[in-house]
Amino acid sequence: MTNKSTNSTGQVHHLRRMAVVWVIASIIGDILFSIFVAPHVPPGRLTETAAKDQTDFNILFEMALPVLFGVWIYLSYALYFWGDKRNSDVAFSGDAARSNMKTQVSWMVITSVTVLFLAGFGTWALVVDHGSGGGQGPNPAFTPSGSLKAETAALLGKATWSPGSKNILPVQVIGQQWKFTYRYPTFGGFESSQLYLPADTTIAFNVTSLDVIHSFWAYQLGVKADANPQVNDVAFTTTKDPGSFIVRCSELCGIWHGAMYNNGAVLSQSAFENWATTTEAANAANTALLPAFAWTYVPDANGAAGGYYPDGTLTPYSPSEVYGSKQPS
Amino acid sequence: MTISDERSTEVSGPVSGHPHNTRKLSWTQRPGLLSQNLLTAIVFGVIGYLIGHWFGNYLASGYSYIANSGQNSIANTLALAFGVVGWLGGIGALNYPFAKLFGVDGLEEESPVDNWSKYFRYSLDHKIVGLQYVVGVLLFMFTGGLLAMAIRTELLNPTTHIFSPDVYIKIVSEHGTIMMMMATSIIVGPLGNYFVPLMIGARRMAFPRIEALSFWIFTAGYMVIFSALPYGGFPTGWTGYAPLQTQAGPGMVSYLLGFAVIGLGMILAGFNQAVTIINYRAPGMTWSRVPVFVWSILATAALLTLATPVLFAGGLFGLLDKTVQTAFYVDEHGGSSYLWQNLFWFFGHPEVYIMALPGFGIAGELLPVFCRRPLFAYKVSAAGMIGVALLSFFVWQHHLFQSGINPDMRPLFMLTTELISIPTGFIYLVGMGTLYRAKIRFELPMLFVLALFFNFLIGGVTGVFLSDVPVNVTVHGGFFVLSHFHYTIMGGLLFAFMAGLYYWLPKMTGKMMNKKIGKVHFWLMFVFFNLTFFPMFIIGLLGQPRRVFTYATNLQGLNDFSSISAFILGFSFLVFFFNLVYSMWIKPEVAPANPWESLGLEWQTATPVPSYNFERIPVIMTEPYRYSEEGAPAFADFGPKDAPDSPTHTMA
Ligand code: HEM
Ligand SMILES: [Cu+2]
Ligand SMILES: [Cu+2]
Repeated sequence: MTNKSTNSTGQVHHLRRMAVVWVIASIIGDILFSIFVAPHVPPGRLTETAAKDQTDFNILFEMALPVLFGVWIYLSYALYFWGDKRNSDVAFSGDAARSNMKTQVSWMVITSVTVLFLAGFGTWALVVDHGSGGGQGPNPAFTPSGSLKAETAALLGKATWSPGSKNILPVQVIGQQWKFTYRYPTFGGFESSQLYLPADTTIAFNVTSLDVIHSFWAYQLGVKADANPQVNDVAFTTTKDPGSFIVRCSELCGIWHGAMYNNGAVLSQSAFENWATTTEAANAANTALLPAFAWTYVPDANGAAGGYYPDGTLTPYSPSEVYGSKQPS
Repeated sequence: MTISDERSTEVSGPVSGHPHNTRKLSWTQRPGLLSQNLLTAIVFGVIGYLIGHWFGNYLASGYSYIANSGQNSIANTLALAFGVVGWLGGIGALNYPFAKLFGVDGLEEESPVDNWSKYFRYSLDHKIVGLQYVVGVLLFMFTGGLLAMAIRTELLNPTTHIFSPDVYIKIVSEHGTIMMMMATSIIVGPLGNYFVPLMIGARRMAFPRIEALSFWIFTAGYMVIFSALPYGGFPTGWTGYAPLQTQAGPGMVSYLLGFAVIGLGMILAGFNQAVTIINYRAPGMTWSRVPVFVWSILATAALLTLATPVLFAGGLFGLLDKTVQTAFYVDEHGGSSYLWQNLFWFFGHPEVYIMALPGFGIAGELLPVFCRRPLFAYKVSAAGMIGVALLSFFVWQHHLFQSGINPDMRPLFMLTTELISIPTGFIYLVGMGTLYRAKIRFELPMLFVLALFFNFLIGGVTGVFLSDVPVNVTVHGGFFVLSHFHYTIMGGLLFAFMAGLYYWLPKMTGKMMNKKIGKVHFWLMFVFFNLTFFPMFIIGLLGQPRRVFTYATNLQGLNDFSSISAFILGFSFLVFFFNLVYSMWIKPEVAPANPWESLGLEWQTATPVPSYNFERIPVIMTEPYRYSEEGAPAFADFGPKDAPDSPTHTMA
């Protein structure tokens, strides 16, 4: 039933051929990819988050390519050489065909190691390196240093930012059907439908919604955070050079979801300050009519939300380290 | 399990499956007009609908919130629910339980109606139910496909619109929901019901009434989800997120109730399959002799029974929110929209494996037949499917990485999600190992299986990209993920379904599918599937969100390319339907008894399969798939050959 000798020699023969082709193809493929494609992979390099997300994508791709090539080369080889017309060998059967411990164990070891490496790498990138620009909810796991201070100051109306100050700039993103607006607590809490950001600055996006779930996707910034009513979903990014970007809603929010987009720009620090102070002044009359700046604006079961929370300025949705004890009773 | 003593009577005893006694015929089986069939089901369904609607209005018309809205969700819900009950009663699915309830015993339900009309009746024969499912599934796939064509037509141009945004989003939602509901049953329903008993050497499913009931619930579920269209559709996509769900119009009721109804059918079907596989295996069919397809159905059945109740409950919560103004998902009143997201995806991720495992099973089942060699690493394939099934309960929040729901848990869900690719990889080990030094026969079913391996690889690898949180930021909620899941569901499951149909239709109908037309179908479907969906990865990376009616003008080229490929892909299904009609009715070609020279049990009985399946319950003698092994014992022993119409069972 088993024909051990032809089996083992045959195996070496076939697999070695495939391995050679595979190694060459993978090396060439990865080199071509990293030269010609990798630098252009979305979301680009407008911010540090975006650049790091891009790097992660590229590393994943460079690992995926050999996997794809491996299977493709094997399949092509098999289909070409082992079709019943071409393959005149005796049919492969017996115990050797049914299982082969060496193959099985090495397959499991290789896939497990790869997968564990990927998970480890992803976790490192997410937790240690850069927080990925994703929405992290009201109590972010990854925070740039100084963010808690900046966010607290924003809520108390005491946030400051000026060119060269290196302060974190909190920006609130408010989703509603079917429009994003932006509030700048650092500049009197004015609300604008334009999103401008200063270059070389860490931004803390505080994303919330007035109605259904939206998702704030600032594509070139490498930022995506769901906008939930009653939730302050925080996402960080650090801008680099000036440039423009597009914001799209990426969570279905009703019939005009497709039309929920706008353009934004990273400006030089002075241009930004100029725009912000001018707009603050021009909007002052409107800002006075807005609800006080708060993390959320939809009342909760206790009637508490944002600035409407009984103690005036603080809300249960603030960073819990600071305000955790002030939950409504 | 070994050959058990309790079964010995069944093995050697006379056929006991079809006693012809002359008790009163049940209503479902009376000939002629005095019977229950599809027509009565429709009539009863409509009557139930009207009664429910009246009753709902009667109950609730005075409520002020209804008076102001012009809509009455209570009436809609009750109308649909009563309609479903009417439908089930009309087909006769409730006769037996009610008879029992009122102490009437001995309703005879064996089928005396033996003409074409048996396919339009409540039937306890798993082969009839299987064929009913084939037609049901194809019909609904066709409908979902038409909606897909509508989507791709709208996306031909970013600025000129065929549909209003309102109609468009409802088309997308309906397409997705119909397809997902259909896909839960596409293999378990038709091929699972038909072939599991045959492959394990049983005469029937464990619970024939539950089996029939699950089919008629499935059809009812489809009508409920269709009813969304006349109600004005629902705008939430197939994921139905609240608060949009709470805000939506009456079409939402169809979605919620539709999932509850379909969910009920899924639970019943899964339960039935699990019990059948565990208890009805022929003597000698130990767990290491169970065909891989049966393993895959068992793993799927576990998911169906354990995951679907969560969807069922979630749907009912939503219905309560919409009808009697509870606040499960309403943040302002103490509920949480995150609750729906959690419940939905706690079901939703096992659901995606409900839509993958049966495909793996078909691949594993067909490969040895067309490679003419044993399956490589049989145990690993079973372990892989069980591993996938188990792990699939621990990954659901990978759909919520950017939702802000729980940032600390992201590394965990990234890990579990990536771990799942290990047991999924087993399937590739098994597949590639089986191709090793094989004698591959490029028959139609084999082509579809090979295509599955090609497509699912792309679907799986892109899944790893999605599970990496930093990459997820860019690809979540866009066309990248859209393409990813079409690669796994359509590229995997649907190709497997086609493989299964081409492979088993000769057994089910006694007629061969035409090879030439089949090849045209395969190549069109394979090439244009890839040309339709591969560009969507790039479209997604370039920033196009899902479910939008307009997009950046620089993406029009890629979108048009995808749309035109999609039309040809749609055409390939017409080729398939043509082949079906051509091969079954226009120019039927009688199928040989065992066209693929398979060793599977299902090919060892007569065609058409007698209602009792096997003259004698076979005794399983050895492992499956011992192709081209000289001196291997026959897979099964059917006892003495002199029995009338006992099938010949030559083993290669
Ligand atoms: C001819 C074949 C098909 C084509 C051309 C097609 C095309 C599409 C397109 C373009 C969308 C996205 C619309 C959007 O989000 O902007 C979509 C959504 C979807 N499709 Fe398909 N599809 C096909 C078959 C299938 C099949 C077989 C399934 C599953 C069994 C399926 C399941 C879905 C689901 C679940 C959605 C998501 C709907 C949502 O966003 O809620 N599709 N399809
Ligand atoms: Cu939106
Ligand atoms: Cu999932």
